[in-house]
Amino acid sequence: MSLLEVKNLVVEFPGRHGTLRALDDISFSIAPGEILGVVGESGAGKSLTGAAIIGLLEAPGRIASGEIWLEGGRIDNLDFEAMRHIRGKRIGAIFQDPLTSLNPLYTVGRQLTETIRAHLPVSAREARERAISLLNDTGIPGAQARIDHYPHQFSGGMRQRVVIALALAAEPKLIVADEPTTALDVSIQAQIINLLKTVCKQHGAAVMLITHDMGVIAETCDRVAVLYAGRIAEIGPVHEVINHPAHPYTAGLMAAIPDMTQDRARLHQIDGAMPRLNAIPAGCAFNPRCDRVFGKCKEVRPSLMQAQVTQAACWLNEVAA
Amino acid sequence: MKPEGQALVQAKDLAMVFDVSAPWLNRVLERKPRTLLHAVDGVSFEIQKGKTLALVGESGCGKSTVAKLLVGLYEPTRGHLTYDGLDAHAIFKTPAGLKLRSRIQMIFQDPYASLNPRWRVEAIVGEPLIEHGLVTEPEALKERVAQLLTSVGLSALDMAKYPHQFSGGQRQRISIARALATNPEFLVCDEPTSALDVSVQAQVLNIMKDLQRDLGLTYLFISHNLAVVRHVSDDVGVMYLGRLVELADKESLFANPRHPYTRMLLDAIPKMHDTGQARTPVIGEVPNPLNPPTGCAFHPRCLHANQRCREVRPELHEFQGIKIACHAVEEGRI
Repeated sequence: MSLLEVKNLVVEFPGRHGTLRALDDISFSIAPGEILGVVGESGAGKSLTGAAIIGLLEAPGRIASGEIWLEGGRIDNLDFEAMRHIRGKRIGAIFQDPLTSLNPLYTVGRQLTETIRAHLPVSAREARERAISLLNDTGIPGAQARIDHYPHQFSGGMRQRVVIALALAAEPKLIVADEPTTALDVSIQAQIINLLKTVCKQHGAAVMLITHDMGVIAETCDRVAVLYAGRIAEIGPVHEVINHPAHPYTAGLMAAIPDMTQDRARLHQIDGAMPRLNAIPAGCAFNPRCDRVFGKCKEVRPSLMQAQVTQAACWLNEVAA
Repeated sequence: MKPEGQALVQAKDLAMVFDVSAPWLNRVLERKPRTLLHAVDGVSFEIQKGKTLALVGESGCGKSTVAKLLVGLYEPTRGHLTYDGLDAHAIFKTPAGLKLRSRIQMIFQDPYASLNPRWRVEAIVGEPLIEHGLVTEPEALKERVAQLLTSVGLSALDMAKYPHQFSGGQRQRISIARALATNPEFLVCDEPTSALDVSVQAQVLNIMKDLQRDLGLTYLFISHNLAVVRHVSDDVGVMYLGRLVELADKESLFANPRHPYTRMLLDAIPKMHDTGQARTPVIGEVPNPLNPPTGCAFHPRCLHANQRCREVRPELHEFQGIKIACHAVEEGRI
């Protein structure tokens, strides 16, 4: 059974000039212990998907339809109080900027023990011991002493380690990591990605890794979902999506990334830009930029269909099948 | 006359020191010494006409300070910048400086912050033309702006719009059009695509390459993304804590990185095509530039460091066709 099941999720933002559909019919699942990557350009709906799952959609955004199931229980219709017990306990979260996700007025230890004691029935002393062992697990040298330091006394990479420790504090089954390495330097980024991977395996947590960096996805994830204009364009095992993309958008995206292993005079470019939410074209959202577009693409919206190994929302795969 | 074969841009021992001391009264009362931040500490390089030199490094290594020194936004504490045989910083102070500045232009990182939101594109792209007295007639101005916009793949009709009506990639094209307005020879590009999505990044990089080919532009390209650098550059300089640690042509640097820091950086890039493979772990973090390590600044993170590395700072020397600042490489230890 899958750990997380998202079914036909639609997120809307009602506004003065009509309702904007930011996520449109998103369905996917995450198995226990699996790392699912969610990739896409800015505004594609990556972070919104994460926010909807942890129940932190900002008003006026709301889940208009669809369901989210965690370990066999529905969580999208829970009230704020019930959701508060799930957040942290069963779903941990890691955000992009480690400085703003820590409270600058509390020591790291206090923030960790507070989280642990809010969710687990342990004494103050046990909570502290647990906090120290978490800091050790995340590779913070001298955890015994560092636990009483404030966030500003840590460097960017160290802070992100603290945030990961915080996300793991109550042993959640799922961690939603939204651009966890984007604010960090390349050399630190490699350390944090490795850490996230090993620590989550060690603690048995599944990860939903949201990022725009395809390299990070390639190295970390088991499966990947490619988002475009609030819809899933393609989803499947990482190797397949990267090496044999079945959706023209995925193919274009892969070719647009400068490669370290081969020289090209020009990069492949996808002309135009992603449509705004109030001007999503009829049919396939990608059709105005697609170089393999045909009649049906402009009229009927494709849903995810089986391509060779991956699933892609593209009519070309219907023709092929 | 300039000698034959002389590089267009020559930086010799450029250094920029910022005084970040506490205020005077605090220093006196609390007996604090002056604190100096050596943002750029003796950087030398040359760029041949029509070529691209890329500078790479992590945040705080002094890349952007070098960019600002090159366009004259900062005056160096030490060292010289020679542009086309002229001492650039001496000329910037004289009335002839304006002419020189029109030959050197800059493209900034964030296209949301570098365009005035209350100006129309026509005013943004036209400003350098008016400022440098290149165009005076309103009709000629419109014509020139239209031509500039077309050259970066925008429409001439776009000049009546405001920046908020454009996407990130289009805004960056407006910045490029503005930088090209004075017909410069040398463009300093400070992370021009870092704020853009990959598919848009490809559009902007392609335009920059086309313009270089058509107009014979020379670029200093600053980036932390090695894959992008590999795509655009001819030569690459790797910076660490205000100094160049390796300077080589693109082929040598990527095929055979010599400096341990360059190797670490290359190792740290996530690889697209061999999935699931673990990388060599990267150790340590960039030290505080206010209190840099003695000797080689990289020694606390280096696997090959010995006593000499901890005590003597390596200088950038010619070595087998490239330039490198590393004792271990020169001694043949790696």
